[in-house]
Amino acid sequence: MNKNTIKCFNELYEKNDEIRDIYQQYQHWQSNLSAGTLERKSAEAELLFRRLGITFAVYGESSGSERLIPFDIVPRIFSGSEWRRLELGIKQRVRALNAFLHDIYHEQEIIKAGVISKKQVLGNALYRPEMQGVNLPNQVYAQIAGIDLVRVSENDFYVLEDNLRTPSGVSYMLENRNTMMRLFPELFASHAVEPVEHYPQMLLDTLRESAPAHVSNPTIVVMTPGSYNSAYFEHAFLASQMGVELVEGQDLFVHQQKVYMHTTEGPQQVHVIYRRVDDDFLDPLVFRPDSTLGVPGLLDAYCSGNVSLTNGVGTGVADDKSTYFYVPEMIKFYLGETPLLSNVPTWRLSEKDDLKYALAHLPELVVKEVQGSGGYGMLVGPTSSKAEIEAYKQRILKDPANFIAQPTLALSTCPTLVESGVAPRHVDLRPFVLSGKDIRLVAGGLTRVALSEGSLVVNSSQGGGTKDTWVLED
Amino acid sequence: MLSRTADNLFWMARHIERAENIARVLDVAHRTSLLPLDVDGTEAYLWYAPLNITGCAAGYEEKHGLARADAVTHYMALDPDNPSSIYNCLKMARENARTARSAITSEMWEIINATWLELNRLSKQIDMNDEKFSDFFDWVKDRSHLFRGVTLGTIIKDIALSFIKLGTFLERADNTARLLDVKYHILLTEKENVGSSVDYYQWGSLLKSVSAFEAYRKIYRDVISPLRVAELLILRDDMPRSLHACMNEVEAALLEINGSAGKEARRSAGELHAALHFGRIEDIFEDGLHEYLTYFLGQTYSLSQNIRDAYLARQERFETLPIRSAGQSQQQT
Repeated sequence: MNKNTIKCFNELYEKNDEIRDIYQQYQHWQSNLSAGTLERKSAEAELLFRRLGITFAVYGESSGSERLIPFDIVPRIFSGSEWRRLELGIKQRVRALNAFLHDIYHEQEIIKAGVISKKQVLGNALYRPEMQGVNLPNQVYAQIAGIDLVRVSENDFYVLEDNLRTPSGVSYMLENRNTMMRLFPELFASHAVEPVEHYPQMLLDTLRESAPAHVSNPTIVVMTPGSYNSAYFEHAFLASQMGVELVEGQDLFVHQQKVYMHTTEGPQQVHVIYRRVDDDFLDPLVFRPDSTLGVPGLLDAYCSGNVSLTNGVGTGVADDKSTYFYVPEMIKFYLGETPLLSNVPTWRLSEKDDLKYALAHLPELVVKEVQGSGGYGMLVGPTSSKAEIEAYKQRILKDPANFIAQPTLALSTCPTLVESGVAPRHVDLRPFVLSGKDIRLVAGGLTRVALSEGSLVVNSSQGGGTKDTWVLED
Repeated sequence: MLSRTADNLFWMARHIERAENIARVLDVAHRTSLLPLDVDGTEAYLWYAPLNITGCAAGYEEKHGLARADAVTHYMALDPDNPSSIYNCLKMARENARTARSAITSEMWEIINATWLELNRLSKQIDMNDEKFSDFFDWVKDRSHLFRGVTLGTIIKDIALSFIKLGTFLERADNTARLLDVKYHILLTEKENVGSSVDYYQWGSLLKSVSAFEAYRKIYRDVISPLRVAELLILRDDMPRSLHACMNEVEAALLEINGSAGKEARRSAGELHAALHFGRIEDIFEDGLHEYLTYFLGQTYSLSQNIRDAYLARQERFETLPIRSAGQSQQQT
């Protein structure tokens, strides 16, 4: 199968090759630009991003330890009604995922009901027995969730994966909008684009609501692994947008099950930690003893209810790619509702029949590691060589349960500025969902775009870029 | 404020001020080298001064041997191996700013980040043998001025600014004292030159290196004499780079920061400030200018230590400081 033969939905056009309504005004504006304008603006945008220092680090790359994530200046546009429909589905899904997490760390009704196996939950490496019976404010585990969506036709969206641990990218959503408004103020005068700028305020509200119940005026901090982390810019950005301290593990200590930070005025108690540090590194007394990023005693303080961690500990068991399979069942089980957003059909290679099917069809499939993220270690069958497929097959055979397979989806495309001009490139969408006392999200999210022709991998770590995402008011 | 953040703000400001001061020191060395000096081994003699001021003579000798204009300039301006080169100062200032990113304004970060990016571009272009280095020193000073302006124009007046001021003025006081000490040493050893035109130019270039030449003219309206230069740079509090002016700012910043932990720092800053406020230049000269400056540098160093212990260090305080509301938590759990 040749990569050029993947048929997909181009978000710019109707079936009859006419420009879709929501793009008409933009397209008209763009066709009236003088030659080279977009290229010039694009260079200007890059300069802005570099001056702002919006960089990310690529693991395993020594030379360019700081790189810019490519920004595409052609916006992706949704209509208000399209978005409203997605929004309902996203909220429904996040509600079910949080209900699932609360359940498995308490009564485990879903296991008793036989919907999901005990082994799938308790045998999962990301299940944290320490969390069993721990009560969290609002019964919410994933206060910040990133739900990755792909579009395959005008009306069909799939959820590609759920990110319930430390989803990143929201700073790009905000800076992309900021940059677009600086470069093209006239576009915002002619289009009624729903704002996203209030995300930090919504996040702050959510974190406040997540504080331990007895605390009325909580001290909130953002916790980063440090300035060499790939998402450090985002951590610093969110802290300053919310006006809270950005701390590292070394700034915190636990005394009598309470968490304090070292300040110039002495120790100050902390009530909510928006942590961007993985579970494994949070507390060397409980998790990895070699971790220097964490705080000894933090988990004890957390389980005693004296400090809130967002996201909670142990959410990985719900966003694991083998648990993903069960999310539609969770929606039915906990909410009694029909899922509004579909899963991508998924073969779990732990199952004999699924494994057999997948091995026979590798050149057509996408295969992922169950606990992988960031587009690392995945196989995209249609764009891989025979040798690559064979090598991957050997990896699968060593531990089939560690993999899932999905059909190669025809991700929709959006017009994107590339060297040869404006051309269609594949995209996905990550809306950021905030759960406190309510579920909130801003309209749109982060659109990621695969910049090389035909590529279906949109991850920034794999050379993907981002776009501003517009939801137009109806 | 987080101790680590305060530490980074303090050092961000020090590193930028230090970069500016190194540019000033090199600039004056280049100006001085254009003047006639009839001493054996003049070039080496002259070029040890900037190395001594910044305390990097040993590192330089190991790498280059005898002091030469082009090698010293490169070593102090752009050499990544020299921990106190302008290059490394601006690099560390950016690291400090990046780590304290959420405590400074976007405009401040943009200036520091753009300076670092531009320095990388410049460092590939500049040849320290041609005339361009003078433009380079001006550029470093400009960036430092710009940073200070942006800081005062954008940051809210809370203790973040106080720690930035503290770093800036401690570093500046330190530098002015060193500059004066080394120059005084060089200039006064050549007794036959006192009062000569060479003397005039030498003191003139010292004044220019701290942007005080015009101020001297305005205030004294007279020939340049060592006594008055020293008075201007030590005791006059209307002179922005004098020790007195710097200690005014340091003391004010410490009062703004306050807190019980800073008692010792405030006490030693107050003592240092009072000595400058009531000091007389004749007394200083009688006891020896070099001795006085050595004492001053020792005092600012221990003040620095006091500030670190009170506000910036973390590990030490982990064990020793009492924790507020510690008693209540036991009843709850």
